[in-house]
Amino acid sequence: MSDIYLDNNATTQVDPAVVEEMLPFFTEQFGNPSSLHCFGNQVGHALKRARKQVQRLLGAEFESEIIFTSCGSESDSTAILSALRAQPERREIITTVVEHPAVLNLCEHLETEGYTVHKLEVDNRGRLDIGAYQSLLSDRVAVVSVMWANNETGTLFPVEKMAEMAHEAGVMFHTDAVQAVGKIPMDLENSAIHMLSVSGHKLHAPKGVGVLYLKRGTRFRPLLRGGHQERGRRAGTENVASIVGLGKAAELALGAMAFENSEVKAMRDHLEQGILEAVPNCFVAGDPDNRLPNTASIAFEYIEGEAILLLLNKVGIAASSGSACTSGSLEPSHVMRAMGIPYTAAHGTVRFSLSRYNTMDEMERVIAEVPSIVAKLRKLSPYWGEAGPLEDPEQAFSPVYA
Amino acid sequence: MWNYSEKVKEHFFDPKNSGAVAAANAIGEVGSISCGDALRLTLKVNPETEVIEDAGFQTFGCGSAIASSSALTEIIKGKTLDEALTVTNQDIADFLDGLPPEKMHCSVMGREALQAAVANYRGEEWKDDHEEGALICKCFAIDEVMIEETIISNNLRTVEEVTNYTKAGGGCSSCHEGIEGVLTRVLAEKGEAFVPAGIGGAVAAPASAPVKTAASAGTSVGGSLLKRIRIIESVLDKLRPALQADGGDVELAEVDGKTIYVHLTGACSGCQMAAMTLGGIQQQLIEALGEFVKVLPDTEMPVAVEA
Ligand SMILES: Cc1ncc(COP(=O)(O)O)c(C=O)c1O
Ligand code: FES
Repeated sequence: MSDIYLDNNATTQVDPAVVEEMLPFFTEQFGNPSSLHCFGNQVGHALKRARKQVQRLLGAEFESEIIFTSCGSESDSTAILSALRAQPERREIITTVVEHPAVLNLCEHLETEGYTVHKLEVDNRGRLDIGAYQSLLSDRVAVVSVMWANNETGTLFPVEKMAEMAHEAGVMFHTDAVQAVGKIPMDLENSAIHMLSVSGHKLHAPKGVGVLYLKRGTRFRPLLRGGHQERGRRAGTENVASIVGLGKAAELALGAMAFENSEVKAMRDHLEQGILEAVPNCFVAGDPDNRLPNTASIAFEYIEGEAILLLLNKVGIAASSGSACTSGSLEPSHVMRAMGIPYTAAHGTVRFSLSRYNTMDEMERVIAEVPSIVAKLRKLSPYWGEAGPLEDPEQAFSPVYA
Repeated sequence: MWNYSEKVKEHFFDPKNSGAVAAANAIGEVGSISCGDALRLTLKVNPETEVIEDAGFQTFGCGSAIASSSALTEIIKGKTLDEALTVTNQDIADFLDGLPPEKMHCSVMGREALQAAVANYRGEEWKDDHEEGALICKCFAIDEVMIEETIISNNLRTVEEVTNYTKAGGGCSSCHEGIEGVLTRVLAEKGEAFVPAGIGGAVAAPASAPVKTAASAGTSVGGSLLKRIRIIESVLDKLRPALQADGGDVELAEVDGKTIYVHLTGACSGCQMAAMTLGGIQQQLIEALGEFVKVLPDTEMPVAVEA
């Protein structure tokens, strides 16, 4: 039996059709798109096509709003640093406590350089308080950076509405849409979003290519200056093969959008229901009514995530966890803690993230395997008794220096 | 995923001695749920002989926490309490053919559970004296708390000094930003500012240079060299029993100005803890000599160039 890949929020398989589009650009089509001769010229056309394909997926008004970058993280950094450099008199940033490290670590670093960073809190389902957001918007804020979809829980933030609020207050709005692009429809032309980050490898394009969407007219300062590539907004000879691949992947994602939101969603719901029914003491983390169609984040109480993943891996199931132990830090996932999930559950959160390549049969197999894995680890757990959790587990077992 | 040894996997997938021991008369509970690690160790100790007749563990934690717990119970079964107490966290890690640096704390937790269980058996109170911080230096498994404490107690001001005292930053150097961060914070608390020492990134000295200084250092330090060597030897003599208890040993190999090369053998050499051991030796030597010295393994000694 082949392995089951349920870690598509970490990265995806490059679609074979994408690979096929890319291959000529390693061999016969090797020219530099900036060159005048015919070697370069054709490559230039390929870039233009890719730009159009991405433009369509995002629903952007102009193809020149698409800037190719090297990854989602570069897009995030470019957007935030550009807003700061273009408006040096504005020294505040608004973001959220549950952002990806690509935004969070940058903001924390900027704090050390004297910027004020407001991190919006979330409630126990991972939802923002829009009133609190409104009250922070002012002419001191250089940029708002709020993710469209959370990578751990799939929870969606109302970024379109938040962008409008920012726009009304005269504040730039950036969204890290790395997890959302390709999974939910977008219409940036009719939104107030100024900047948006995309990463190729989350939508079946290769790793190491991304996009920064920049609404026409938005004040901008490049991160990389040099050559005139990307209209002088991102210097460096283009990663042509990957950009071509991302273009193709964008086209495929647009075609699969309906499938993603019906079939993939149905598989996710089935998987989630199946596990919740078969395993005691587990629950869905995040906002089940408002999330990506492909993500299920399930907290298994009284056991630890990495241990679950290792046992899943042994039976050929690849998933991921927000567990501290997989990242080398001791604290559990900042996302789980931000939602106030108790430590006994936060450490045991497992993320199953699907793609259009998964099948219902695979879901059945996972549903069949998970209960015994959880039971095996609970048997080892000091918080678990003969037939269930100890009464008041954190009281019954409270080790020294807890 | 982690680079776990086969032995770690074996003890994780098929742990030995899991569950609580019936009629246990020694129980140790350590760990911290906020850190995602917690362990209850139950022992059945023979009151006549103090031999551990049975041991069981219950662990909330990752793969290596479970494997470390399993290893611990295997190691201590059949030992007397006193014998068991000589087991170090490195022994647990060695039993498992090593742990990744990020996971060494799992073996520390195992050792602490054992100490707590023995204290419980003897009716003593066990107090945890170690605090763990975020891992800063992956090359040498040094965490923030250790760096901070070393900076404070030795009045350190530069990254280089932190490296000399703790080894942190002495490998790939990618953690230097993190070390600077700790220095900046600790110095700020004392009302001082962190001043970086230049741009960093020293150019490697030509291979023959250190040999020349070795010769000149011998003469320039002159008469005091013999005295220094005596002091160094006496410090090493004092440290030796502890190292031997862990199955290792140390010999003085060479004194090259402010750099002292030692030869580590047995369990100490080549293990991840060698760095810690060297750091410890270095601190003791600095105190005894009243000057700053750097302790390096003799494997890093410059090779003499044929004249
Ligand atoms: C929400 C989010 N932002 C940014 C990134 C970083 O993207 P990249 O790996 O392309 O830099 C990721 C990927 O893990 C992500 O999930
Ligand atoms: S991580 Fe500290 S030297 Fe490599």
